[in-house]
Amino acid sequence: MSDQPVAEAPQLGDVSVPELYRSGRAKQRRSQRNRIISYVVGIAVVATVVLAGDWGKIQRLYFSPGRAKDLFPEILTIATKNTLLYTAGAFIGGVSIGLVMAVMKMSPIRPYRWFATAYIEVFRGLPALLTIFIVGYGVPTAFGTQFPTIIGVGTAGPIALALVAGAYLAETLRAGVEGVPRGQLEAARSLGLSQAQTMRTVVVPQAFRLVIPPLTNELVLLLKDTALLSQLGTTAATVELTKFGKDQFQIDFNGTPFIAAGVMYLIITIPLTRLAAALERKLKASR
Amino acid sequence: MTVPAIELVDLHKAYGSNEVLKGIDLVVEAKQVVCIIGASGSGKSTLLRCVNRLEEPTGGHVLIDGVDITHPDCDLDLVRRNIGMVFQQFNLFPHLTALGNVTMAQRKVLKRSEAEANANGRAVLERVGLAEKADAFPSQLSGGQQQRVAIARALAMDPEMMLFDEATSALDPELVGDVLEVMRSLAADGMTMLVVTHEMGFARRVADHVVFMDQGVICEQGPPEQVLEHPATPRLQQFLQQVLEH
Repeated sequence: MSDQPVAEAPQLGDVSVPELYRSGRAKQRRSQRNRIISYVVGIAVVATVVLAGDWGKIQRLYFSPGRAKDLFPEILTIATKNTLLYTAGAFIGGVSIGLVMAVMKMSPIRPYRWFATAYIEVFRGLPALLTIFIVGYGVPTAFGTQFPTIIGVGTAGPIALALVAGAYLAETLRAGVEGVPRGQLEAARSLGLSQAQTMRTVVVPQAFRLVIPPLTNELVLLLKDTALLSQLGTTAATVELTKFGKDQFQIDFNGTPFIAAGVMYLIITIPLTRLAAALERKLKASR
Repeated sequence: MTVPAIELVDLHKAYGSNEVLKGIDLVVEAKQVVCIIGASGSGKSTLLRCVNRLEEPTGGHVLIDGVDITHPDCDLDLVRRNIGMVFQQFNLFPHLTALGNVTMAQRKVLKRSEAEANANGRAVLERVGLAEKADAFPSQLSGGQQQRVAIARALAMDPEMMLFDEATSALDPELVGDVLEVMRSLAADGMTMLVVTHEMGFARRVADHVVFMDQGVICEQGPPEQVLEHPATPRLQQFLQQVLEH
């Protein structure tokens, strides 16, 4: 008994994986080989671009500090300012239209639902640029009027963008309201809150959390879509970032203004999406 | 002669051709505790939800303190503030703290001042043993604590009567006791209660009257010792046997 060798307790790492579940050597080698190939291809592409490009010329034509300096202050005081104004106008208008359409779409009254459905289908189905032309050129011609100018910029563009955004936001907002569980409404109504009070104090605050991410997304999309307004006639005072970049490019065919305009867009959009992500995390934490 | 707190007269509810309630007559006197038992699908939750018309009856009448609340002129919002309701899934408002949950309707519906609502809110939280959780959000509370806040939320409105819809069915077994204890103390204080439950022990000890429902009708009713100890119908005998086996 005593001279029997004592079996050592097996350590967890020692236990070999049974044949049935063992990953084959061939499989491991294959996945390793695929990864090496993808790295090599990637490096080759980058190297080709770097070697083939005339970097002096690229720097001169696209990253010229002198040319960039010329863009100031107009790129900020006119172009970026106008882009922000167009975006804000379109977003506020779009949210307002979207709210009305969402409420109509959820209405028990059938003609309201029909109208909202028709509106949403039409403006989601048309290219945004066509809507911009119809509002910017078609409407003034047909009615013999001009859109008013507010804070120095035209309103036709933001109105057209608001019409399109309204169609998308109607569905976003409706999904937010319908995403609030039914039990929440029942609890509120059972306490004696009216339909309207339930909406205001229980449904809307919870729906708001649900729509923050898609709402931010729509805001970023709108900001980029203001570039389409360059297709409407603009003056030096009403120009937005993309048109500004193009106008500046045509002075001396130096591409630096495009890069500068791109940087301005990113300076606005990246913090915006970061902020939305942070807000979403914070709201989720208190849920 | 006193008017019953709740009286159901020939109550019917159907979803399309699916009849869930097939003519219910039931009386709950003031300060009485009535427990409704029965298998799932027997219509007991639907019955309870018809009492404050969260579910719209398709026939019959619901009388609260002798007033027919199925009458079209009846203002449901006014009726509901007197009838507290507790749900299986708690349905606390996740965007409000425990105190926010118990004060919101006091302020919006009863138009109490913030100070008054807060004082009363803290009192009802104290009542359910959760005074120290006033600032916690529902997500930070256990199921049992959430359900007790939900009871406090209903109590904060000073209701005349309370409806409990399987209040302990969604709880882990070890959390059921605290909630039942709160319900028992409410009953002891003379609250009128209509309770849908699977807790036979609670029904036996606390109820004044037990109702057994089966397939949309009241199959048997009476004092708990009669209904639970000496079931007359084979359906109830079978049901009790199944429940007590587990």
